[in-house]
Parts: sequence; structure tokens; C-alpha cells
Amino acid sequence: MHRRLGGRMVDFGGWDMPVQYPAGTIEEHLRTRKHAGLFDVSHMGEIDVRGADAIALVNYLTSNDAAKLVDGQAQYSALTTPAGTVIDDLLVYSFAGDHLLLVVNAGTTTKDWEWITSHHRDESVTLKNVSSDYCQLALQGPDALGILQKLTDLPLAEINYYHFVAGSVDGVPSIVSRTGYTGEDGFEVYAAADKAEQLWNKMLDAGNCGSDTGVLPCGLAARNTLRLEAGMALYGHEIDETTTLLEANLGWICKLNKGDFIGRERLAEQKQAGVHKRLVGFEVTERGIARDGQDVVINGERIGKVTSGSPAPYLKKNIGMAYVPTAVATEGRQIQIDVRGKPVSAQIVKTPFYKREK
Amino acid sequence: MANVPEDLHYSKDHEWVRVEGNTAVVGITDYAQNSLGDVVYVEVPKAGDVFAANESFGSVESVKAVSEVFSPVSGEVSGINEALNDEPEKVNQDPYGQGWMIRVEMSNPGEVDSLLTAAEYEDFTKAETE
Repeated sequence: MHRRLGGRMVDFGGWDMPVQYPAGTIEEHLRTRKHAGLFDVSHMGEIDVRGADAIALVNYLTSNDAAKLVDGQAQYSALTTPAGTVIDDLLVYSFAGDHLLLVVNAGTTTKDWEWITSHHRDESVTLKNVSSDYCQLALQGPDALGILQKLTDLPLAEINYYHFVAGSVDGVPSIVSRTGYTGEDGFEVYAAADKAEQLWNKMLDAGNCGSDTGVLPCGLAARNTLRLEAGMALYGHEIDETTTLLEANLGWICKLNKGDFIGRERLAEQKQAGVHKRLVGFEVTERGIARDGQDVVINGERIGKVTSGSPAPYLKKNIGMAYVPTAVATEGRQIQIDVRGKPVSAQIVKTPFYKREK
Repeated sequence: MANVPEDLHYSKDHEWVRVEGNTAVVGITDYAQNSLGDVVYVEVPKAGDVFAANESFGSVESVKAVSEVFSPVSGEVSGINEALNDEPEKVNQDPYGQGWMIRVEMSNPGEVDSLLTAAEYEDFTKAETE
């Protein structure tokens, strides 16, 4: 399907995924900010959790408080290690008090499944890896609501951010969630895997794909630049099993008073003692583009690492995120990035780099 | 289908060379710019820098990736395309024209003979795509 649209494919964690379509990453990125972009993110993993103690199990495994969810609400959270570091970040969807759906990253689905099942001792909870049952299409951008509304009777405008409803999209039973990974308003639509092509084509048609202001199919490269501008973490970059949630500025999803969960003790200690390193955003202030993995340098000393670095097509700046010692993690602080042997000046700035007008 | 002008010479690293007397004008091919995607940054050497054939003389960056560019011939850089500082997208829009990168005064013009012809380069890229 994506090849037919001229998508350039790469192997992404075993999935054959489009990096970009013929319009190119920059146009895909800008179109999503100004109008709409459509992303096939069916590679994401889904784990179904059912039973009277579903919330108790998820609350023990994750850092945010699943007990706070009302039916039809979704929550950003993380699977944590005893060290307070991150197995994966995820969305927890609450369908009912005894039915949750965990949406996890593609590359970590197997690891997550093994981790979750290894902590599952309560027979009243049923776990099911339903990743291959679902497709997921993300329609993002200011025009997303109007486009999707053409395909459904669901009152989309009434769905609040981080809430979802079940209903029919183009006749296909779907979950329509007002969530996304771009910093824009938009929806993520989950449906049966074999309906991906139908929904994809219908959303492109409904969005006047082909016109200069219509929806554009977008690849993984634009998904990455959009989330980076929006200051969102990407697993394997900003977060992994070596960095804690507090270091990653994700204290807001650490509900230390909700009761026991894996990593709670260590996170509470770290909160008390303070973190030694912290994730910051930076802007390159001279010619050059920082890239993932490059060193952060102050006065010739290597003090940190870039987790994501890229041109930011909407902001027209070169930006990135990096871990640096807490002592220097202040806005306005001048740093340098070692760009393939050449020191390039940068400045620590506040994140998100981009915030949409509401 | 990528554009491969008849009158140029090509390297297996996807650079092209236009011979003008003793000078080689160097850029990257249409196939290369298309594989890279939107070019957002081009780094070229200074005039006077000397490179051996197949030595890296700079880099081309797209949104997603950095690629080194290699000098297909040996010699001294006599000119650089400064317009690419402000308009790196010329590499995408006009790879064989306004997207040129450097001019090299060749120290061994015979090296050009070992580069690929247009037909050979076309076969080479087809093999790479398959």
C-alpha cells in the first residue's frame, strides 16, 4: 500500500515501514502543522488486560496512576524497572474498571510482554498480546477533526484530549482516540488489522490528498521531527533502561503516593536526593546539525550526550535533546556539541520547542 | 527514473564530475539527492584544500541523515558553491547545475578515465536498487 504511494521503505524493528513519501519529510512535517498528516503506526503493540484486578496489576507495573482513569480516558505512563528506569513508555486506555488496553512501542512489544507476564501472578487477570489484531492510523493536524468527521457520526469535537470513544469509522468498528505524537490536535484510530488499507485510503480521500492544502501521507522521519519539536520522548533515545523517569523530566507521570509500584522506592529516593543528570532541550546557535549520540561539551570537557538531534522543519532551527549534569541544566546555558569532531555552539532552551496555539 | 546526463563522469559513491579543461566540477547525482531526501545542510571545504581521489571532502545532510561526499579526483579546491550555505535545497532541485559543490584543479586528470560513464552509472544504480 505504501509502496504504491511511492513511499521509501525501511526495516523498522522487523516492520517494513515508510520513512518518507515523495513530498519529502519537510513538506510532510509542515503539512501536518498547517493542515493534516496521516501516519500508519500499525506497528505499535497492544496488550489487553482484563479482570477484576486489571487496574491493580497495571498500577504495580506502571508509574502513573491507572486508578485515576475514568472509562473512555487514556493516560501516558511508563513500565518501570526496580531502578526507576524505563522498560517502555505507553498509553493506558481504560474501557472499564476491569478492562484496560496498553499501547506500547513496536520494538519493545516482546520485551514488554515478557516483563508484564513475568509479574502476573493473579489468575483473575487475563493478559493478551493483541498487537497483530489491530491497525493504528494517526490523523494529525488542525484539519484532522474535519477530515475524520466526514467518515463518522461520532461527535469528534466532544472527545476531550486524551479521551476516546468506540464507534464506527467508514462502517468499520474503531476506537477513536484524541491523542497523538506530533504536538498537534488529532486522532489515533484503532481498528481490525485488515481494515488498515480501507481506512487509510478513505482518510486520504476525505482529506483531499493531492491538493496543496490536503492531507499528506507521512513517514517515520516526519513523525520523528514532529515529536522532537513537540519535546516528546522517544523510547531508545530520551528514555531507556539506563535513565530514570525523573532524569527524563517525566516526574509528572510518577505518582509516588498512589501505592507501591516497581521502581517507586528508588524514584522516591531520587526525588528526595535530586537527580545528577537531566534531560534538556537545546538549540544550535551556529551552522551545524546535532545528531543522536554526539557528545555535549563544556570547556573542552565531555559532559553529556545528545539523545535526539535534527533540523526542526517548522521552527527552521537545528534542535536536540541531551542529558547533561544537573548543575548545567539551566535555560540559556551555553554548550557545545561535538559534531563529527567539530565543536558547534548551542544553547539550552525550554521545551517543548514548539507549542501549538489553542 | 533518476536523471543521468551523458556528458558527465560518475563515481560509485554517487558523485558526478564535469570536466572543464583541467578543472573538475563536482556534485552529487540525482539518484543520490533523491535517496537522501530534503537536503538541509551542505559542508564543503575551503578553496586551497587538497584532496586525494576518493577522500572525503565534506558532507551533505538531509533531515534524517548525514552522508559524506568524496572527491572523485585528486587535486586542489579552486572554488566552492557558497550559494549552498543559504540554499542547500539546490542540491535537490538542480543537482547537476546550481547544486554543484566544488571545483577541483586536477593533479592527475587521467583519474577521470577510471570513473563510470553515464551508462555504467545507470547500471550501477539499478543493481543497487534491486
